[in-house]
Amino acid sequence: MECYLDNSATTRVLPEVVKLMDEIYLRDYGNPSSLHKKGFDAERYITEARDVFTDILKCSRKEIFFTSGGTESNNTAILGTALARGKRGHHMITTAIEHAAVSSPMSFLEKQGWEIDRLSVDHEGRISLDELREKLRPDTVLVSIMHVNNEIGTIQPVEEAGKIIKEIAPDCLFHVDDIQGFGKLPLIPKKCGIDFLSASSHKLHGPKGVGLLYMSEKAHTLPIIYGGGQQNGMRSGTENVPGVAGFAMAAKEMYSNLKEHEAHMKELREYFINEIEKISDITINGSAEHAASHIVSLTVKDVRAEVLLHALEAKDIYVSAGSACSSNQPHISETLKSIEVPAYALDSTVRLSFSPYTTKEEIDHTLKELGEIIPALRRFTRK
Amino acid sequence: MFHAFLLKYAEIGLKGKNRHVFEDALVKEVAHKLEKVDGEFEVSRINGRIFVQTKSEYDYDEAIKAMQKVFGVVGICPVTQIEDQEPEAVIKAAVQFIADNYKDKNFSFKVNTRRANKGYPVPSMEMDARVGEAILDAFPETHVDVHNPEVVLSIELRAEIFMYSKLIKGAGGLPLGTNGRAMLLLSGGFDSPVAGYMVARRGVYLDAVYFNAPPYTSDRAKQKVIDLAEVLSEYCGKIRLHIINFTDIQMAIYQKCPHDELTIIMRRYMMKIAKHLAENTKDCLGLVTGESIGQVASQTMKSLYCTDDAAEFPVYRPLIGFDKQDIIDKAEEIGTADISILPYEDCCTIFVAKHPVTKPNLNVIKCSEQRLNEVIDDLMQKAIETDEVIVVGKD
Repeated sequence: MECYLDNSATTRVLPEVVKLMDEIYLRDYGNPSSLHKKGFDAERYITEARDVFTDILKCSRKEIFFTSGGTESNNTAILGTALARGKRGHHMITTAIEHAAVSSPMSFLEKQGWEIDRLSVDHEGRISLDELREKLRPDTVLVSIMHVNNEIGTIQPVEEAGKIIKEIAPDCLFHVDDIQGFGKLPLIPKKCGIDFLSASSHKLHGPKGVGLLYMSEKAHTLPIIYGGGQQNGMRSGTENVPGVAGFAMAAKEMYSNLKEHEAHMKELREYFINEIEKISDITINGSAEHAASHIVSLTVKDVRAEVLLHALEAKDIYVSAGSACSSNQPHISETLKSIEVPAYALDSTVRLSFSPYTTKEEIDHTLKELGEIIPALRRFTRK
Repeated sequence: MFHAFLLKYAEIGLKGKNRHVFEDALVKEVAHKLEKVDGEFEVSRINGRIFVQTKSEYDYDEAIKAMQKVFGVVGICPVTQIEDQEPEAVIKAAVQFIADNYKDKNFSFKVNTRRANKGYPVPSMEMDARVGEAILDAFPETHVDVHNPEVVLSIELRAEIFMYSKLIKGAGGLPLGTNGRAMLLLSGGFDSPVAGYMVARRGVYLDAVYFNAPPYTSDRAKQKVIDLAEVLSEYCGKIRLHIINFTDIQMAIYQKCPHDELTIIMRRYMMKIAKHLAENTKDCLGLVTGESIGQVASQTMKSLYCTDDAAEFPVYRPLIGFDKQDIIDKAEEIGTADISILPYEDCCTIFVAKHPVTKPNLNVIKCSEQRLNEVIDDLMQKAIETDEVIVVGKD
């Protein structure tokens, strides 16, 4: 039985999405900018997709921009703001546990002379709103906080953060990296004072290579890609029509069943945690109260994550290593370091991530295999 | 634009009666390597030299690179062909040749004419003098030195007339297949691919064995070894790469033997398996490893003494006297360094002792191995049964 429990890395595309994209590739393959009928037919997919997202995010059509994925959305929000607002200030705030698609452009700006403050997190991986309050300055131009952490699943208080930002620094823009939360947790930008929101298609059973950036009308920013002037000049380049249409269809499917999906994954998660904790020396990382229902971060003492991953792979079970680590090139997870896990955990943490389509049978199968593999591997710890 | 290449080889000339075997092997190999290059080439053997004539437009850089991969070729001379056979035209062409190929004319030179076509009106000595004079007239900053010239302009008067002066370094060694076959113990590191290259360069075909330890090593580590074999096969042709699952043997050693002897004992069993594979391969007469004295604990003289003992078969260690940096430099030259540097582990560190023995005693090691008596024959047999053969590259 194949158990794919790495849905935070990417997901399987829904068959009906593949079918739709297939039709577009073969029949409605026009360029949406073309004046003829073929172009118009293609453009309609984009318009319809945009409507799906305005419905989900309760916003206007002008506020939705399609990108090549989450990384581009994050880069556009951060670097575009830096380009547009550099005259007003050179200060941004982010957190210590962002994905590289946020932390890398931030570090890039830092090298260009910007001041970047990174909010610390507690042992559950949550930021402190008081610290946010203290760090906000008149020259802060952007705050970027992720909604759901990709490694440990902790949910950040973005709604409260949005309110604080608007209250203390009304001119400061607020970006939320919602790549792990989109399609799983409801989040309405206007209600939370969010000016930019990034989402990705392939995390919610849509195709790879497409994402979106919600940008509020008042969040004036500059494009980082220049060319034919598509999407109001904010994102030049011929729209990825099949990708965008597929993304919209998958998102619609996720949002029509949001509550059921959430309840299902929550049940699986609780069941899994209950069972796995019967094995000795296992820790669940993150927050008990503010945890996304699809991510479990698991520290297995005395077992190297990479070895456990490959042992599971041999059983057709796919998970990811909490911190991609090899002795030749140590890449220690900033998230795990920030929540101050014990040193051994950095090398012994795996992540399981569920999808609404994950079944209890898959969880049972995985639990059974883990029950055999973990004690077997523990017999061979470093002497 | 060069019309032809003259390939020089040194050692083959010394091989007496076998000479034609070596030369034919070389002609075949050069033709084979040039098949992948854009353009048409004709490879032939004339008067104890190999001659590559171009029959169309071709990619010069790629052609040189391809010929540099042929073992046995010491040097490659790009040759210009002179259409007009009149002595005056040839002299003019020689002056033009110098103008085209040397920006800085401040050098000493001599002219070396070979008159293979005895019907040519000007004798070779006279040709040397007339061409030399014309070059001196045209470029007064040059001067003649017949003993230690910086540039030797060679002119060959045959049915066609050829001119060349540059020698591009080739791979050297002996043509492939003139010296049997060996089994290379290939890992993902820098050393073993270079060791394989060094032995193949002496005319030896290679097969290889890689010891895999899932789940402690990953599919990416295995792919890395396949990629390394691909690069090697560009020089040494088809490689049969054996992949052996070594996990259970490693585990048994780990459980039953002293931990600081783990690596030595492991290597001894790797040797035994490699020997088994070699004995079952036609014409395979030796093992090749990337060991170098003292590089790590398992490669001290005493350690090598212990591993060598297990092989009971000739083991070739072409890097034995190399420093690590020399090996890395060579890996960069032959194109394996970029792959070797990838981080995937091929032998998980979890098994490596913090302080492995550096001066193992063979009797002590053999004594430790007795603790495996009950299981080892069975485990060795099972490991050999996991043999997966991947054929890399072409003949």
